[in-house]
Amino acid sequence: MARFVMEFERPLVELEEKLDEISRLDAAALPELAAEIADLERQVEQLRQTLYSALSPWEKVQVSRHPQRPKADDYLEAIFTDVVELRGDRAYADDQAILTALATLGGHRVMLLAHRKGRNTKENVARNFGSPHPEGFRKAERAMRLAARFGLPVVTLLDTAGASPGLEDEERGQAWAIAQCLATLSDLPVPVVVVGIGEGGSGGALAIGFGDRLIMLENAYYSVISPEMCAVILFKDAQKAPETASALTLTAEDLVRLGIADEIVPEPLGGAHRDPAVVMAEVAVRVEVALDALRAEDPGTRTARRYERLRAIGVFSTGA
Amino acid sequence: MSINDWFKQRESRRYTVSAGATADGLPDGVWRKCPDCGKTLYQGEVVKSLSVCPHCGHHFELIARDRILALVDDGTFAETDAGLCSLDPLRFTACKPYAGALEKAQETTGLAEAAIIGRASIDGRPVVIGALDFRFIGASMGSVVGEKITRAFEIALAERRGVVLVVASGGARMQEGMLSLMQMAKTAAAAERLAKAGLPYVSVLVDPTYGGVTASFAVLADVIFAEPGALIGFAGPRLVEQTIRRSLPKGFQSAVSLVEHGMIDGVVSRSELRERIGTVLGYLLPDDATTAGGAV
Ligand SMILES: [Zn+2]
Repeated sequence: MARFVMEFERPLVELEEKLDEISRLDAAALPELAAEIADLERQVEQLRQTLYSALSPWEKVQVSRHPQRPKADDYLEAIFTDVVELRGDRAYADDQAILTALATLGGHRVMLLAHRKGRNTKENVARNFGSPHPEGFRKAERAMRLAARFGLPVVTLLDTAGASPGLEDEERGQAWAIAQCLATLSDLPVPVVVVGIGEGGSGGALAIGFGDRLIMLENAYYSVISPEMCAVILFKDAQKAPETASALTLTAEDLVRLGIADEIVPEPLGGAHRDPAVVMAEVAVRVEVALDALRAEDPGTRTARRYERLRAIGVFSTGA
Repeated sequence: MSINDWFKQRESRRYTVSAGATADGLPDGVWRKCPDCGKTLYQGEVVKSLSVCPHCGHHFELIARDRILALVDDGTFAETDAGLCSLDPLRFTACKPYAGALEKAQETTGLAEAAIIGRASIDGRPVVIGALDFRFIGASMGSVVGEKITRAFEIALAERRGVVLVVASGGARMQEGMLSLMQMAKTAAAAERLAKAGLPYVSVLVDPTYGGVTASFAVLADVIFAEPGALIGFAGPRLVEQTIRRSLPKGFQSAVSLVEHGMIDGVVSRSELRERIGTVLGYLLPDDATTAGGAV
């Protein structure tokens, strides 16, 4: 697969390509170049370090959207076994932008809910690029209730730019479908572990995006509005997205600082797409550890604490 | 019942709009044009008719406090948590500093924040009632709006009251970032607790209601009404238009079309709203709440 280059990587990629070209020359025939090649290699490594070790919020958003970043289906194949996909909302359609499945993760049988971006154009078209329709949220809500009835912990993977904003989405009650997910999820008597694996776009992410634990990948984001749309609203200019991305507190670190996320899964230098297997294995470990702890708790205590977690979010003055 | 009859009835119960008779923030003595029928109206006359055009029934915007006073038994509204004020926790300064916008909104509206909540009775039945004021940063939901709505549900739960919310909002308040998004889950969780306790919640969606407010507590009500002419949705019409790349059908996201699509229970004019909500509460509010009630 051709390498996808993110805007901010370009200087590095150009250097890497130059190095690549030179190293294809017969080095033995050109001993006078050896020192230069070594120097270039050092430059590339140095740039790689400085470029990737301190990504700006906007750069992280780009990494989170990287087409080769591991997606729900990759996790499904890599860390879950005995998967039985559940399809359809029993009312209108089966929205492929949301995956619901009975699945096993290590020692845990769970209900898996995930935003499902495609891995190629054909899949992406069928899945509306991972932006769910109302029937997708209704399918998710159906799966939540099923999980509650049979005592299956819920594990969700967040990766959506947001809920679909089409004409028919509005007519079929997009807001109603999301709101019902929020209500059901808030009081689910089983453990709920949420993992932000890529994009966390607004209400469409939140619908399956809160619970007893929120684990964020290092370069995943979670935001009230996309940086671009925020830039259009504030500046009437989408090019200001880097600025709004910094203002919106959307990075994993921001979320931990605000008390919304619990932990961060580190990614390899450059992003999860550089070594998906390692990242996915670490996610599996973190989710299993969370489930072990949560399943040991009394269900009433657990849902009460989930409410208190939400209840504590917000910063204001009481005017006293 | 005509608006005039209704008003006479209210007069006899000494109904008055809030001080200064500025039901939609305009001074009493000005003339204004009805955007629907084009008739020129005297503001004093508009206020007297609950800010409804006496000629065509167009519903003008109302400030939150007057929305509440128009729905509750006279003299029963007791505001709570009035002192809650937004801070600027993220020090949001992109484009226009949030702190300045808050200050300006407080100045122009005389409100501490966009939401007003309090205890009241409707036909003698105990409720917690709240309303959002669109003039205050588009009644967007940040920490304070989310907290007040949550408290409204919690007070009702603790005291076994019904909840009535009059909602208008542009959505989540992006200047509070993720704190704002999470208010959707917080308010929805509080609404769910009230529902599980068997206490009723009625929402009235007025123009305009959008985004994260629609997609959380606003539509989790047991019974949902909307005012005539209200536009209600998740995505704003311009975004939808850009998404589908063609023009929107007439009446898209209107209160009437929402009834047709099965999303709300009815379009109810302002003059009939109080009576309709009272009737619904009569059916849904449990006996123990009703008998314990009356007290504010
Ligand atoms: Zn008129």
